[in-house]
Order: sequence, then structure tokens, then C-alpha cells
Amino acid sequence: MTARTVLQQADITRALTRIAHEILESNASHDGASSRIVLLGIPTRGVLLARRLGAILEQLAPGAAEVGALDVTMYRDDLARQPTRTPSPSSVPSDGIDGKTVVLVDDVLYSGRTVRAALDALSDLGRPRAVRLAALIDRGHRELPIRADFVGKNLPTSQTQRIYVKLLESDGQDLVAVFDEEDQG
Amino acid sequence: MRHLLSVRDLDRGAAVGILDLAEDMADVATRAVPRLPTLRGRTVANLFFEDSTRTRLSFEAAAKRLSADVITFSAKGSSVSKGESLKDTAQTIAAMGIDAVVLRHPASGAARVLADGQWIDAAVINAGDGMHEHPTQGLLDAFTMRKAVHGTASRGTGLDGLRVTIVGDILHSRVARSNIWLLKTLGASVHLVGPETLLPAGVGAWPVTSGTDLDDALAGKPDVVMMLRVQGERMHAAYFPNEREYSRQWGLDDARLARLAPDTMVMHPGPMNRGLEISSAAADSARSLVLDQVANGVSIRMAVLYLVLSGSEGRGAV
Amino acid sequence: MSPLTSLLIRGATLPDGTATDLLVDHGVIAERGSGLSQTGSTVIDAAGLQALPGLVDLHTHLREPGFEQSETVLSGSRAAAAGGFTAVHAMANTSPVADTAGVVEQVASLGEQHGYTTVRPVGAVTVGLAGERLSEIGAMAQSRAAVRVFSDDGRCVSDALLMRRALEYVKTFGGVIAQHSQEPRLTEGAQMNEGALSSELGLAGWPAVAEEAIIARDVLLAQHVGARLHVCHLSTAGSVEVIRWAKARGIRVTAEVAPHHLLLDEQLVAGYDARFKVNPPLRRSEDVLALRAALAEGVIDIVATDHAPHPIETKECAWQEASFGMVGLETALSVVQAAVVDSGQMSWADVARVLSGKPAEIGRLSGYDAPFTVGAPANVTLVDPGARRVFGVELLRGKSVNTPYLGRELPGRVVATVHRGVPTVLDGELRTPEEVANHVE
Repeated sequence: MTARTVLQQADITRALTRIAHEILESNASHDGASSRIVLLGIPTRGVLLARRLGAILEQLAPGAAEVGALDVTMYRDDLARQPTRTPSPSSVPSDGIDGKTVVLVDDVLYSGRTVRAALDALSDLGRPRAVRLAALIDRGHRELPIRADFVGKNLPTSQTQRIYVKLLESDGQDLVAVFDEEDQG
Repeated sequence: MRHLLSVRDLDRGAAVGILDLAEDMADVATRAVPRLPTLRGRTVANLFFEDSTRTRLSFEAAAKRLSADVITFSAKGSSVSKGESLKDTAQTIAAMGIDAVVLRHPASGAARVLADGQWIDAAVINAGDGMHEHPTQGLLDAFTMRKAVHGTASRGTGLDGLRVTIVGDILHSRVARSNIWLLKTLGASVHLVGPETLLPAGVGAWPVTSGTDLDDALAGKPDVVMMLRVQGERMHAAYFPNEREYSRQWGLDDARLARLAPDTMVMHPGPMNRGLEISSAAADSARSLVLDQVANGVSIRMAVLYLVLSGSEGRGAV
Repeated sequence: MSPLTSLLIRGATLPDGTATDLLVDHGVIAERGSGLSQTGSTVIDAAGLQALPGLVDLHTHLREPGFEQSETVLSGSRAAAAGGFTAVHAMANTSPVADTAGVVEQVASLGEQHGYTTVRPVGAVTVGLAGERLSEIGAMAQSRAAVRVFSDDGRCVSDALLMRRALEYVKTFGGVIAQHSQEPRLTEGAQMNEGALSSELGLAGWPAVAEEAIIARDVLLAQHVGARLHVCHLSTAGSVEVIRWAKARGIRVTAEVAPHHLLLDEQLVAGYDARFKVNPPLRRSEDVLALRAALAEGVIDIVATDHAPHPIETKECAWQEASFGMVGLETALSVVQAAVVDSGQMSWADVARVLSGKPAEIGRLSGYDAPFTVGAPANVTLVDPGARRVFGVELLRGKSVNTPYLGRELPGRVVATVHRGVPTVLDGELRTPEEVANHVE
């Protein structure tokens, strides 16, 4: 079996901590004012990562960030081709996202289509001051002009490979691994 | 989900899934832009062999909120009224590239026949077939009850232990049938009340209790009282002597309303005959969920349209 | 094969279980015994085959005149021959209705020309089946068609006075009224058997009492006027009890059951497939069992097909818009075998009685009272009871395909049918119209 572990638990924690710092730094605008940050995780694991980032940010700058979830199922462009997906609930701050800095959080950035759907979903929810993108893994092969602002690890892959992200909250362990497709019988 | 023909095709997980999805859809209605791009480029045909403005408008609103295109064929002013067969109409709309058909038909089983016939590939949603079923009505009623019981904590829940009394013309009611099976699936218990002539033959074999005395039934303090529409023509077919007697025996009048517990839910699938099966005071009381039913209908139909139209490509190979 | 060519059937098993050779010549059984031979005759090796007297159907819809898109006398006769029948009784609900001597003579002579089977027209009881005035029963009885069975089948003679008069009047001509027992008001809009299932499916119920009440009334009327009554396609356990009671009182009533009511029950309606829509409707499984027992016991006298061809568009539609009826000639014998022979409830001798001897007797059809005796008309059906086949439309020989048995495995296969000495089916295949038609005078 040709599974290759690329991030262990400590690596994931380190990556998230670095991203949290970068988010804070980038949020200080040139005129010195900063806006509220809303971390919106894209289900399923993006939501878990957004919560972890939120916890780290809370240590660094209490009250600076809110955490929510943004389901993009209804905005996907591949609904007819894929088996039916069950949407997860979205949750956004009760006072909305207008004027805030939204950071979309996902586990793996790949074609960019999920992010495209998320941008459409966001525009139906309100008008943020800025939208940023954080991904634990960027594996390349973009099909749209989209790039991440904050990346845990750039991981060049071939399209036949699959990336598994496991998180303590959902899978009982923290791990990122690469599998070759032929092993996935 | 390939089609929605009968609530009996839904197990508890599937039924709760639809209700949960409808919660998401209901949230959409509260937003500045109450529209999702989900079904952009897909076409839904409302095929109504029987007039029903409410159901048709509800499906139209649902499809439009999901950005689908809607074509409506209704009984009046189209070939549907000229005795064209279900098969011919179906093939005509299939030739137009329709992705889903919402079918209302006076014949029981029509949706099933359309889905089982090899005439079309489109998904079929039963919007009422004769005296058989009206699945989206059953779902929206269940959704309305669940919302009233669990509020914002509705997701994932059923209707366990809820006691529902359905009153009136059970025999001819597709709404009653869809409610009965779905409510059982979701864990509620159902009691039917009506004149013996309007209780179905063999009702003893159904998973319900039944009786003829409305006052007895109300004394049992049900959580939900659902009044069914009584159609005038039943009187002429000797199901009951006249409207006055029906109303006295089986109408939810002001006196009966006053005896209900304050949190008893009063429901009616509409359109109501005020003064016959339900008094105006009952229809407009704080207990009445009639308008919630209408609003929730759109959310349920959005959920159903989404479920039958997502993952639909490549079905030809199956 | 010329009409005068003889036919030698070797080693057939007769209904009584004995094996014999049969020599058929000049339309009759010429010789019977073992080791028969005849130079120049066509030989059928019937070893292992069951010989039955030619089957007689008392209840067939041939649709001609008027509904030739569904069936004609020719196509229906071919379906009959393929099913082992040598005589059918053609119901009167054609267009025009068979309520005059002219129509019944036309139908009978078409049957005679084609030669596949004897076609005995049934005359309408009332003009236009309208249930108002008696039709010309006497004229039809005395016509060349010599009608003896009168029925408004498809409709019930529900008016008690008219029924009484009809029962009395046909006595004059040795006829019988075959009643379609269905109280019309109790079955308005009826779609299927009334019960928990009809309620669940939202289909208007056809209650058993609507059949039983008419049968009860009619047997009392028959007793009162001392007439003969035949009850068509009875379908419920309750009807069996009424017939049993009537027979015990000496009332001259005979009863028939349709093959589908011996094999299929109402559960098949659940998919709304209109091929299962029939009148009277498929009943409960308890009714099916009661009908089988009553047939074996003799309370029910005969099996009759109620062969009811319909064009495809009247079945490819919503249930309540579909026509009632199933084709049944090609499958009747197999269905009877599946329902009551293979289960051991009935012998082949019983089958010969309920599908040939008794229906011929009720219809006053001659030539069936002493089958397989030397000199008797050679109406013979040879069946391979060991055959099994999955039934498909390719096995139908009539014009319509509204059979409920598609995809169902059925036992038995008609290998040969001989009608008045002329083979209409050989080696399991229908013979051509030319081969058959010219032989019959």
C-alpha cells in the first residue's frame, strides 16, 4: 500500500497556528483600522478547521473573530452529475457578514469549484468588506482563477492521487495522507 | 430519490431527511435574496389534469426559488382538457426536454403509472392522485407539526408520541392517506373520526384507531386536530343527510374549539369551508396553523425538487 | 392435408387414465384401441400427452362486429384453437349488439367459415343491452345460429321484473339466462375489490355483496319460475355459499368461474398495472382458495375464460381510465392446471368435465356428451402437462395482448387441437387459415 503521511498532528497544529497569525496580520489594513473577522468553514472538515482556527485566534486576540459554517451544496455546478448530496446547515453571525472580513476555510483546495460556489453563496448572504481563503492543503490542479490567501501546506499531487484529511473531532485522529488511486479498490 | 410517488416509499431516515432539508430551504425564504441557483438550467413541468391553484402555485414558487424553469400545463385551456391520454401528454413534454414532472391527476395511481411506464425519463413528483396520496401535503403537515413541537431544535427529530386526530371525509381524502402513513413512520399515533359512511372500508387493518364521535376524540386531548374539507357533492351521494347535520356532528365549531387545550394544533389542508367543517373562529384562532401549512409547503416542495433533480444525470444507464 | 385424410393419434392418455390409440376419420372417432394403423393417415405420437375432449368456452368476447381492432371472429377463433378450445360462446356485447337473428347468424357463419372452432353466439337478453325490453330471444333461438344461451354480460339484468320475465321466456326455447351478477348502484365507479387494499390505494371498491345479492335474488327467481339460471364468473367465497345453498334446495342453477379468479388475487392491483383490471375484480386470497375448493367439489360447475380483448391504449393509462378485462383463451388450461391440477385438487377427468362436458351441456351444444367413443365427433385436445414455460406475448394468438400472465411461469402446453376431425393445432403450432378453413362444410 502506497499511503504516504504528509502531516501529523503536530504539523497540523503548527500550520493552523501560523495561519491564525497570518489572518490577524493581514486583517490590519493600511489605514490601521481592522474589521471583524468571520471564519466560515465549508462542511464537513472545513467547519472543524474553522473552529480550531477560531480557538487559536481567541487566544491571540480575544473577540476578534466569529466562527460559522457555510454550506455550498445548493450552489454547486455539478449537482446533476454527482450522487445527491445532503446539505449541512449553514450558520452565520446573527448580525450578518456585511462589512466584515470573511475567511473561508476548507481542508483541501483542488479545482476551486467549491470555493466558487462558496463565493456565490456568500454574495446571497450579504456584502463582506473582504473575502479571504484559508486551506490546510493546496494540492494544485485549479480549474478556476482562484488562489488561497493562507495555506497550511502546498502538496503537489497527480490527479490520480487522493488526499485524506482526518481530524480528531470527526475521525479520531489528526492526519493528512496521500493515497494512490489504485489502492482504493 | 428518483421520484416521489407515495410517502410509503419513505423510511424514517428519508422522511426526516426531507424535513431537515426543508428547514434549510425555509431559511432561504428569510434572506434578502430568497433564491438559490441550485436548479439553474433544469426544467420542471407542472402537469395538472385537475385544477388546484394552491398546489400549482406552491410548486411554481418552489421551483423558481431554486432557479428552475417552470412550464405549466393545466386542465383549462390546454390539450389536457381534450381527453388526451396521460401517455400522450407525457411524451409531448418529454420531447421538450423536461427534467421533472409535477403531476396532479384525478385518477389514483396516475403518478405511479407515469413513473413505471417507459414513456419518459423525467423524475415524477406526485402532487395528488385521485383518492390515493398527496405526499408533499403529508410532508408539509409533518413539517408544520414538528416545527410547532420542536421549534428551532427540529432537525433530526421525528414526531414520536404525538397524537393526531384527523376528522371528516377520510374515505375520499388523499391528504388523510399521506398523513396517516407518514405520521406513523415518524412515530406519531393517528386517530380517525368521521361518519361511518366516510371511513374507508377495512380501516381496521390500517395502523390507526378510528371512531365516529368527535367529542369523544377531543376529550382525549389530542395534540393535533386536522380537519378535512367536506365536498358538497358527497351529500348528494348519501354519505350524510345535509350540511347542518354534518357540521353539528363533525364540525370544529366554537364550542368544541373552546374545549381544546391551549396548545392543541388546529390544521386544515385547505381550501376551507368555513362554517361547515371548521368555524371561522377556529380557522383564525391562535391554535390554527393553516397559514404555516401554506408557507411550509414551498419549503417542502423545494426540498423534494432538489432531491429528485440532484444526481439525476446518467440515470439512463441504470 | 385433404379433409378426408385420416388422423391417427398414438398412445394418448385419456381423462380416465387409460392409454389408447384413436383413429379419426371423416370428422369422427372411427376406431379406438391399441395398435391401430391406417395407411395414409397423419400420425400424432401422443405418448405422454393427456387427451381431453375439445374444450368448450361458455364465455368469450370475440368483439366482431364492431370492435375489430380488439379481436375478430377469426383472430379469436385462432386464440381459442391455440388454447385447446373447439367451441366458444361469443358474448353479445358487440356493435351492433347481438340482439337479433341477423347478428347471431352472421357471427355463427363467420365461425363456420374460418373453421378453427365452433362459434356459438350468445344472444342479448335485452335490446341493446339496455336492460329495458326483452330482445328477440325466440327469433335468435330459432335462427340458423340456434342460440341457447342469453346474456347481457358486461351488464347485469338488474331489474328484478325483467329478469323474472327473461327466465320464464327462455324456457320456451330450452335456453338459459347467463347472468353477469353485479348490482349496479353498489358498484358505481367501482375499480377493484372493496377492502383495506382498495381503501389504501384510493380506488373505489367493488364490494362482494354487490355480486352475492344479485345471485341470491336470481336463484330465488329461478326457483320461483322453475327456470334454469347460469351465473357467470362468480368471484367470491360468499357467492359460493349462495350457490351451494341454492343447489341444496334443488334450484336449477349452474355456476362458472374464470381462470384468473382461480390464480390471481387483489394484491396484484397494488402497482396500478391495468392488465390486472377485470370485472368482477380480482378478490382476496381467501376467495381464490374458496373458488378452487368449490370447483373441485362441483359447487362451481365450469371454468369459462371471459376472454376480453382490448387495444393496448385502453390499458396503458391510469387505472380508473382503463378498460376491464383480460384475454384468457390461450392461457385458460394452463391456469387451471396451475391452480387446481398440480395441487392435486382436481384430476384430468375433472378438467374434462369443467372445461368441456359441462359447459357443452349448459350451452346445449351437441357432440360433447360421449367423447372418445366411436362415432362421436372428433373434438380432441392433446396437452403436454409436463411442459413449463414463461408466458410471453409471443404465445398469444389473438389480436390483443392484455394478459396478466406475462413473465409468469405456467405449466402445460397444448400440443394439438382437433376440431371436428380437422387439426387446428399440430406440434403446438396453429395451422394456417387455408389449411383449416376449407375442411369444414
